[in-house]
Amino acid sequence: MTAVAQDLPGVADATTDALLSVDGLRVEFGPADAPLVAVKDVGLTIAPGEIVGLIGESGSGKSLTCRSIMRLIGAPGRVTAGTVDFEGRDVLAMSSKELRDFRAHDVGMIYQDPFSSLNPVMRIGDHLRETLRANRGMSKAEARAEGIALLERVGIPDPERRYLSYPHELSGGMRQRVMIALATASRPRLLLADEPTTALDVTTQAQILDLLTDMRRELGMAVLVVSHDFGVIAQVCDRVCVMYGGHVVETGPVERIYADPQHPYTKALLDSVPDMESAGNPVRREGIPGYPPELTDVLPGCVFAPRCAHARPGCTSVPMVLQPVDAAAPDAGSTACPVRPFSVGGPFDPVAGSPPDPVAVPVSPQPAAATAAMTAAETAARAQTGDPGDLPAPGEARITQPTDQESTR
Amino acid sequence: MTLYVLRRLALSVGVLFGLAVVTFFMIHLVPGDPVQLALGGRGTPEAVAEVRGQLGLDRPLLTQFGDFLGGVVTGDLGLSVAQNAPVTEIIGQRLAPSAILIVYGLFVALVIGVPLAIIAALRPNGVVDNGIRLVTTFAFAMPAFWLGLMLALIFGLSLKWFPVSGYESGIGGILRTLTLPAVTLGLSLAVVVVRTLRSSLLEVLQTEYIDAARSRGLGEWRVVGRHALRNAVMATITVLSVDIGFLIGGTVVVESVFQIPGAGSLLVESVRARDYELVQAIALIAGAAVVLLSLATDLLQATIDPRVRLAKR
Repeated sequence: MTAVAQDLPGVADATTDALLSVDGLRVEFGPADAPLVAVKDVGLTIAPGEIVGLIGESGSGKSLTCRSIMRLIGAPGRVTAGTVDFEGRDVLAMSSKELRDFRAHDVGMIYQDPFSSLNPVMRIGDHLRETLRANRGMSKAEARAEGIALLERVGIPDPERRYLSYPHELSGGMRQRVMIALATASRPRLLLADEPTTALDVTTQAQILDLLTDMRRELGMAVLVVSHDFGVIAQVCDRVCVMYGGHVVETGPVERIYADPQHPYTKALLDSVPDMESAGNPVRREGIPGYPPELTDVLPGCVFAPRCAHARPGCTSVPMVLQPVDAAAPDAGSTACPVRPFSVGGPFDPVAGSPPDPVAVPVSPQPAAATAAMTAAETAARAQTGDPGDLPAPGEARITQPTDQESTR
Repeated sequence: MTLYVLRRLALSVGVLFGLAVVTFFMIHLVPGDPVQLALGGRGTPEAVAEVRGQLGLDRPLLTQFGDFLGGVVTGDLGLSVAQNAPVTEIIGQRLAPSAILIVYGLFVALVIGVPLAIIAALRPNGVVDNGIRLVTTFAFAMPAFWLGLMLALIFGLSLKWFPVSGYESGIGGILRTLTLPAVTLGLSLAVVVVRTLRSSLLEVLQTEYIDAARSRGLGEWRVVGRHALRNAVMATITVLSVDIGFLIGGTVVVESVFQIPGAGSLLVESVRARDYELVQAIALIAGAAVVLLSLATDLLQATIDPRVRLAKR
């Protein structure tokens, strides 16, 4: 997948020649004098033709970030700071006419549940024809021909008949294909995919992801894939942004993130993904202890520190700033964890901000709070392994665990 | 769709038959002798018996019912004892004003209600929304007879735009004589339209397909008017059809205020006169109109939302 991206111009160096760059984005809810901040100082760049993943748990702010790009955050939510720059135009400053034009031609969006994102009282063809006529100025006959061609391109069998179908007459996978046809009808340069496969079964998931990569190749379209599933991200993305508690905590090429995560949260997230070998194995993967922060929690330091297995005393006061993983290799991405490498213990001085020398510093005991949390998690893990009914079936191996934590609260 | 229409039609025919049974036996079981009343209470027993014989009222009930059903099918609803004229003729003259009044009132309600509902839903809880709520609630709280009188006072007596009472046929006559009554009816219906449509629009505007339509760069008018409205009207159609069902035969208040010789006032007159045949015929026609209305409502909803056809299959 990434081989394709490297053939495309601009992918190698995403920062200089970005199609989209989001900077300092902040999304708030609630009263203006005591806001609940759901997205805090988020930055993101996407190069032309690049597929970027945005991964995080429910409530991490990934969907809001995605919607902010199109200014589709409904009241009472609001973007209170930051810029969304698309080819030199600031989306957040656009007039309503410019915004409509931007949505109509430059960017498309697909949603988690393709059933609720298609109008139930309109035929598939009505959706396509309306969009093609409004956005590409086609005549009725042209729009019909193009609509059927679009359905064929996204792999819908018997497109002429499906053109006349209603959404409820199609399967979930077919509906998502229709959404993709619809979102790409005016050949956008960026497609926002908000959990595009979450509502689909595993085989359909793979087909839809294949379709997305094919469309990217054919149209040279960049894609932002929002997901909580590392399997999905790894399958299609060139680069990943990991979000936690409204912050981007790590970003970088998907291989580097997978092989060498530079933020404890990324590592914990990866560790919680069951792999194929774990099928039938009674020892369950470790989850992340504790719960994600509430919007009402205002943490002065690192937002992950309370749950971090590698937290040091200074972590609760250090500001969240993305720093290059490797100053010599800007393409390797950046991380918000100031302790590097975090896996090696030792005291950490937030004022100096320098990572401790992994050789010189002896391994010290973990802070009491973290230890307590770990012990609790281990107890919970042991309790879980005692129940054989709780084992993941082989087919479930792709589903990540962290998002389940909200439901277990 | 064809199957759905056939099923609905069959059901309607069954209901109509039941309606005929109920109206016939109800009126015959109600105490009070129409012949006595028609003869002014001074009729000798012989005279009463003679009239009863003429009208066939001395025959067994089932025979009378058979005749009644046969008459219904052939369009002959019998003779009015009180007015000494064919029932179909009497009703024919009085049906049109009421029917036109209801349709005209519905039109007024939609013309006023739909735009107000959209405006209110686009800026919920804003100044305009609250203003609309205040005014519609005020209009709803006014009894129809009072609202009618006020309209007649302002637009009839003071401004002299419309006559205060009476009925004329023909387009010009209808516009002149039925506008104030239709506005009276329409204002109270408009409240129903605004209330139901506003709340379902608000719900629909939260859905993902509206978000998705916006994400395709479609204009707000198209998003609301085409994508949201079609999904939101279902509740309004249901409530309106019930309200209009009540209005069929229930326009009597407005008819009295504006002196319109309609079916509502005819019903009241004939009940007072114990005019069996007439009451029976009006009840039957009103019932049939309600059945047809609900059939039309179902078909309209099935046309708008394809899932209705599935759900009721």
